[in-house]
Amino acid sequence: MALDIKPGAFADFFKDETFRDDFTFKNSPAAIRRFPFPFDRDDYMYSVNMEPHTPGKPGSVFENTFDVDEHYVAEMIDRAKVLAEDPLRCQSLPHMTLAGWDLLELIMESNARDYPQWFSLSKSGNQWHWINRPLGIDHRFTFLDESTLPYGPMEYISRQMQGDFSLQDEREGSLWMDAGMVTTQADWSLDFDVGMNFMEWHAPVPLAHEKHVFDRALKFLLKLQHGSPVRRFNWTMTVNPLLDTSPENYPKWGPTKTSLTQENLGHKQHLRVELQALFRLPRSNAIAFSIRAYLGKFEELVTVPKWGRRLHRVVRDIHPDIAAYKGFLRNRHMMVEWLAQHDDGAPTTPGFWPDL
Amino acid sequence: MTKTAFPPSIKSRPVYADLVARPGTYHLVIADGEGAGAVVDLLAGAAEPAVMLAVMHVVYAPGPNGTDEAAVLQALGAAQFYRAPTIAAMLPRIARVLLDAHMGTQFYLAGTEGLIGQAEREIMATGFPHTAIQKEHRGSTVRRVQCVHCKGITESVRTDPFACSHCGLNLFVRDHYSRRIAAFQGVNIDAEDPGLVPAAVERFK
Amino acid sequence: MSGGAKLHVRVAEVVPVNDLIKRFRFVTRDGSPMPAFSGGSHTVVEMDDHGTRRLNPYSLMSDPEDTSGYEISVRRDEAGRGGSLFMHTHVQPGMEMVLSHPLNLFQLDGRSRKHLMIAGGIGITPFLAQIKQLTHFGGRFELHYAARNRELGAYTADLKSAHGDRVHLYFDEEGQVIDLKSLLNRQPIGTHLYVCGPKGMLNWVRSTAQAQGWPEASVHFEEFLAPGTGTVFQAQLATSGKTVTVGTHQSLLEAIEAAGVDAPYLCRGGACGQCETNILHCDGTILHRDHWLTPEDQAAGTKIMPCVSRFEGKTLILER
Repeated sequence: MALDIKPGAFADFFKDETFRDDFTFKNSPAAIRRFPFPFDRDDYMYSVNMEPHTPGKPGSVFENTFDVDEHYVAEMIDRAKVLAEDPLRCQSLPHMTLAGWDLLELIMESNARDYPQWFSLSKSGNQWHWINRPLGIDHRFTFLDESTLPYGPMEYISRQMQGDFSLQDEREGSLWMDAGMVTTQADWSLDFDVGMNFMEWHAPVPLAHEKHVFDRALKFLLKLQHGSPVRRFNWTMTVNPLLDTSPENYPKWGPTKTSLTQENLGHKQHLRVELQALFRLPRSNAIAFSIRAYLGKFEELVTVPKWGRRLHRVVRDIHPDIAAYKGFLRNRHMMVEWLAQHDDGAPTTPGFWPDL
Repeated sequence: MTKTAFPPSIKSRPVYADLVARPGTYHLVIADGEGAGAVVDLLAGAAEPAVMLAVMHVVYAPGPNGTDEAAVLQALGAAQFYRAPTIAAMLPRIARVLLDAHMGTQFYLAGTEGLIGQAEREIMATGFPHTAIQKEHRGSTVRRVQCVHCKGITESVRTDPFACSHCGLNLFVRDHYSRRIAAFQGVNIDAEDPGLVPAAVERFK
Repeated sequence: MSGGAKLHVRVAEVVPVNDLIKRFRFVTRDGSPMPAFSGGSHTVVEMDDHGTRRLNPYSLMSDPEDTSGYEISVRRDEAGRGGSLFMHTHVQPGMEMVLSHPLNLFQLDGRSRKHLMIAGGIGITPFLAQIKQLTHFGGRFELHYAARNRELGAYTADLKSAHGDRVHLYFDEEGQVIDLKSLLNRQPIGTHLYVCGPKGMLNWVRSTAQAQGWPEASVHFEEFLAPGTGTVFQAQLATSGKTVTVGTHQSLLEAIEAAGVDAPYLCRGGACGQCETNILHCDGTILHRDHWLTPEDQAAGTKIMPCVSRFEGKTLILER
């Protein structure tokens, strides 16, 4: 069977929008309220900041194991376009196929349980029947038999899931990124990094190595147990609602960084938040790393006054090396100037939840 | 002799150490250019060089700077010696040797990063752990760089930035290194400001 | 909560395998499937041994794709602290027990060209699951399995009939010994070696492999250390402000837990590193018995693995 994406189905919830060319993406008021604002205080420095990935507040992005939101169908169309242009964005080294099946099982079982209106999974032994109604997929296949899927198991399921995924093999006291689906990344190349260990693929991150952030994170992750997933946040900045900020396409999107003005900044400048969840997989003992990106326009975020104040203070006071690594050093002064009009200097409450 | 000192760098940048004779049932030595000196030193430091040479296979190519010490290595008297004209020309031979190599084999790589990286990749493909492959850098520091945009690899890069030999983009050379590709990463330097390319500096000699 | 998510199970079968070994099968209490697992995994079995809480790790030996239940084999250890005796004498079909989710510290390297397995005695159990996993998903293996005699060689007949030439048996009492040096020398490059068995065998295989030029990263081993017994000692817990007395048949970790202090753990066998605890003051000798700390760490005396290691001396103050 072929993936048969049907935009327009469920149009009352899933939006018809773009993340390229005319960039029609925007968040509904409800989506802004549930935006995973990553700053729980008025300043920022790297930390391990892991917490158990347990179900959170109803309606929040933590409610379910994997968050499926109003941008789902549009994001899947965008991913298919990225892959058509560059198949190297999805790679799995030969020994990672079993981990791919583990991931497929985890996602299908989670989504069928959490979103019965959209997804269903029925099993008779290894004969599985998967229905993905928003994408128009109705597929019977044999679990653990690659020949019954149109793609490898990781690619098959991650073409149906928002966010990037990497699969990490555990060997020699480290984690090795030996497979991944990466089309919505914050400027790192899966093709280049696949096969690297935990310290190597994080090597370009400034300051954090000196603070032993990665030593502690790795030690923590090696203890990750099946049945006890964890999560953390990461974030960066993106001009235009562009999901595919890959190094591969940097010559195409790099010039947009010079397009900001005080007039268009609130609309064009986006805070890009990654909700990262990590799962120990059962058969392969690999770790699945889901990296779900949320885009929020500055003009959307400042509709929550606490977030407007706090974003201004974080961007104003951040270490320049971090601003450079996250790619917004050159626009930082413009962002601060724009955000200042939304910061009256009032104190903010602890935690990241909106206090409307 | 001419051991190379590299400045401190990020954790993906390979590091090298002196070759040391280890117990093994077979010794595969792969070198280029000034790497020949590391092989001579390896044997000089071995407890029983004759025993080692009797089960040693040396594969050598001249360096990218033209250094050719094949005669020195041949004179060592290893059980097998082969001089390849280039690194590319030696790779099929290495793959063939690995096909029926056994555990207990020791691997010694010496010379430029292009030689070390490409030989290491052939050995890793067997499932042998790369951490157990000995690597000593000698000689030229020119780099093998992959263009992250077009994926083409430019050999023997001397300057930073340089023009990709495949797509022509102006690339700056990162220390970020992929063992799988056996190359450093090159990223477009004037993506945000097309045409604003700093003068090329000879960083690698 | 230490130890992660739990599986609430019922004992479905207890089968005597031979004079020393019993096999236990666990199923979920509500009939839901157990998670599949990876070959080489163990589970930590919680026991309420007449008021003493014991948590012992046992390798899973059943088919990793069989989600209807998990099986372990337990060798009766008369001289031990009582965990295996409890399993042998008190655990009956129908009993409700609690298991940890499977945890793997003895994983097959998926890139290997071949898996060479060496088992001694009850050390066969993780290989049983690994071999079943390889038969599902592919992978070349060769097993060399040594036991004291034919009677005590558990599962030899099953292995022989299923895998024939790939299984090689050795019985000590018949004078049969693995020709290790030649076995190691004829393995294709990219082979990984796995060994599970008594300490003497582990040391023999690891040192022979090293002498034959095998890299450390290609040699995998598993030995669950029983916590062992020792003299009674006291430890002060600085963070929680408590002092615990560790009994002869109790581990330091168990004493910390019994005092109501939540301490992290996973394997409880000195291998995983999770329970590593800083020593703030030590006037005496740490009896290190773990596989986790490096010899340098052990000599430095600033860390202890309370699941297996003990103390003799005057004062021990821990950051816990």
